[in-house]
Amino acid sequence: MKDVELTHLSKSYDMQTEVLSDISVSIHAGEFFVLVGPSGCGKSTMLRMIAGLEDITEGTLTIGQKKVNDLHPSKRDISMVFQNYALYPHLSVEENIVFGLSVKKVPKTQRKKRCHRVAKMLGLTDYLNRKPRQLSGGQRQRVALARAIVNESPICLMDEPLSNLDAKLRAQMRSEIKQIQRQLNITMIYVTHDQVEAMTMGDRIMILNEGKIQQVGPPIDVYNAPANEFVAKFIGSPPMNLAKATIYPDNQTLSVVGRIHLQLPPEDIQRMGTKEVTIGIRPEHLQLATSESQQPGSSKFEVKVSHVEVLGNETLLNFEFAEGNWQAKWNGQWRVNVGDIVPLSLHYSAICLFDTTTGNMIKQPTQNEQHLIQGVSI
Amino acid sequence: MKDSLEMEQPILTDQPLSWWKKSLNIRTACLYLLPSFFLFAVFLFYPMAKTVYLSFFLTDQQGIANVFVGLENYQYLLQSESFRKSIKATILFVLYTVPTGVMIALALALLTNEKVKGIGIFRTMYASTMGVSVAASSVVWLFLFHPSIGFFNKIITAIGGESVSWLLDPSWALVSISVTTIWMNIGFSFLILLGGLQNIDEQLYESAKIDGASYLYKLRRITIPMLSPTLFFVLTVSLINAFQTFGQVDILTQGGPSESTNVIVYSIYREAFVNYQFGTASAQSVFLFLCILIVTIMQFKFGEKKVHYQ
Ligand SMILES: Nc1ncnc2c1ncn2[C@@H]1O[C@H](COP(=O)(O)OP(=O)(O)O)[C@@H](O)[C@H]1O
Ligand SMILES: [Mg+2]
Repeated sequence: MKDVELTHLSKSYDMQTEVLSDISVSIHAGEFFVLVGPSGCGKSTMLRMIAGLEDITEGTLTIGQKKVNDLHPSKRDISMVFQNYALYPHLSVEENIVFGLSVKKVPKTQRKKRCHRVAKMLGLTDYLNRKPRQLSGGQRQRVALARAIVNESPICLMDEPLSNLDAKLRAQMRSEIKQIQRQLNITMIYVTHDQVEAMTMGDRIMILNEGKIQQVGPPIDVYNAPANEFVAKFIGSPPMNLAKATIYPDNQTLSVVGRIHLQLPPEDIQRMGTKEVTIGIRPEHLQLATSESQQPGSSKFEVKVSHVEVLGNETLLNFEFAEGNWQAKWNGQWRVNVGDIVPLSLHYSAICLFDTTTGNMIKQPTQNEQHLIQGVSI
Repeated sequence: MKDSLEMEQPILTDQPLSWWKKSLNIRTACLYLLPSFFLFAVFLFYPMAKTVYLSFFLTDQQGIANVFVGLENYQYLLQSESFRKSIKATILFVLYTVPTGVMIALALALLTNEKVKGIGIFRTMYASTMGVSVAASSVVWLFLFHPSIGFFNKIITAIGGESVSWLLDPSWALVSISVTTIWMNIGFSFLILLGGLQNIDEQLYESAKIDGASYLYKLRRITIPMLSPTLFFVLTVSLINAFQTFGQVDILTQGGPSESTNVIVYSIYREAFVNYQFGTASAQSVFLFLCILIVTIMQFKFGEKKVHYQ
C-alpha cells in the first residue's frame, strides 16, 4: 500500500499565473480522500498532475516514498475515471472494460474472468455486448467504474464522476463507490465540486479555492470548525450565515449591526485581539426564542421572514439580516407566513468568529449536536 | 399579447381547416426545395437525360441527333482498342492516386494533430493546395517535369542519374500525372482528416495513456476506428474525383504519349469536341456514370460494415 504525497506542488500553464500554488498534503493508503472546491479552482489540474497527465511546474510528488514527478502515467499504479467517462464508443462494454488488460497483455482467459467478476459486482453482466451508446448514463458511469477497478491498481483517481447523473442516481452511486472503495481497500482520490459528495464520501476532505488549500480534515471537523470564511460558506447546505460584527471590550459584548448583543468571556476577548470580526452561525443554531432559551450567553432578536420552505420534516426560514440573506433551519413542519415577525435566539457557544481582515477562524463553536449510541443492548 | 390570443382562438376552432391551410407545411417545403430543384434540373437532370438520349444516335457536327442506331455506339466502344486503353489508364490512375493520396494525407494529418508550438503553420501549408487551381498547379508541375530545365531532372542529373522524360515517356507519363494529382488532392483530404482527428475526444487517449498503450496501439485501436467515417468519406470523394480527372491531363499531356494518359473523361472530351462524335462520347459518359455508380454502391455496401458511426 502506498501513500501519495504532495510537497510544495505548484502548477502554472502559462508561466505567469499559478493555477495551483504550494500544495502540500499527504494522502494515506486506503483512504477516501475528497478534493472539493468551486469550479475552476484547480481540482482537475491537481488530479491530472497526480495521474501524470499534466507536468508538475514545481514541487515533488511521491507515491509510496518514490518520487514520480517524471514517471509515465502507466507506471504510477493508478487508474482514473474521467468526468465524461471517456468510454471508447466503437468498443463493446466488455472490450472497454478489458482495454487496459489487453494493453498489458494479460492472457485472454484471465481477462474474461476478471471482466466478469467486475461486471457482476457492478451489475453489468447483461450489458457486456452492448456499445456505450446503447447504455443509460448510469450504466455508462458503471462501465467507467468497472474499467478503473478491473486493473486492480491500488490508487484510483476520479474527476467529478457523478456530475452527469441525476440526483437520485447520484445518491445511489455515492454509496456504491464508497462501498467498492472499502471492499477493495483502494486509495481513492476523488474530485468534486459538490460539498454533499465531499461530506458523505470522504474520510478526509481538502477544500481548495483559487489554487490554494483552505482546509484539510475529516468532513465533520471541517463542518464544525471551518478554518476560514470561505470554508464556512462552502461546506454545509444551506450555508453558514455570516455578518460583520464588532467587539466592545469595555462592556465585553459583541454586537451585530446593533441587533444581536452577546456577552463574551473575557479570556476570549484577550485571545482574539481584534475588534472587527465576522460572525458565523449555522442555520440549525438559529432557533425560535422561548422563555427557557433566555439564558446567559444567548441573545434574542426579531426578524421578518421573507421566504419559507417546508421540506417535509424541516423548515427553512429566509430573512434579511445585516445586508445579507440569512437562513434558519428548524426541525419539523412550521406554519410561518412570509412577512411574519419571528423571534430568534442564538447562543454564544454556537457561533464561529472570523478575523475580518484575514478571514481566518478565531473562535470555533463549542455547541455541536453530537450523538453517540452507547451501551445499546437488544 | 393576451388580447390577440383571445381574438384568434375562435377562428381556429370554429371553422374546419381548409385544404389551403392543411397543405401549408407541404407548400412551405416545396418553396424551400424549389431553387435547388431548379438548379438540379437545369444542370444535372436535363444534361443526364440528354446524354443518355444522344448515346443512341449518330450526330452531326453541331451535336444534333441524326440517325437512331440503338446500342451500336456501345458495341463500337467495347470493340474499340482506344477505349480499352482508356479504361486501363483510368483504372491504373485510380489505383495510383487514391490509396497513396489518402495515406499521405492521413500521415500528414496525424503529424499535425500533435500539440506542438507553431503547428498551425504546417497545417496551413499542407491544406494550401486546396486553394490552388488545377490549371495553375498543372503549369507549375509542367515546369518541374520539363526534360532539360525541370527541377526533377536537374536533381537526378546532379546526383549522376539519367534524366527522365517524365511526360513524354509512355511508361512514365501516367505516373507523373498521378504524382501531380496526389499533390493537388492532398489539401482537401488532409483538411477533412485533420478535422476528423480533432473531433476525437482527447480523454480517450489520456485513458489509454494511463493504461500504458503505445502510439501504434492507440492508432490501431482508437484513432483508425474513430476516424473510419471520415476516412470512408475521403476515400469515396477521392475515388469519384480520380474517375473524373481532366484538367491536369489536358494541360500536361493531352492524353499522350500514345494514349497512355488518355483517361476516360479526357477521352470523352476528345471524342466529342475534337472528333465531333457526340454519340460515342455520350455512350462513354453513360459508361463512366455506371462505373462510378457501381463502385460507390459497392464501397458503401462493403465499407459501411467496417465503419463505426457514432
Ligand atoms: N490546459 C490548460 N491550459 C491553460 N489553462 C488551463 C488548462 N487547464 C485548466 N486551465 C486553467 O486552470 C484553472 C483550473 O482549472 P481546473 O483544474 O480544470 O479547475 P476545476 O477542475 O477545479 O474546475 C482554470 O482557471 C483553467 O482555466
Ligand atoms: Mg474539473
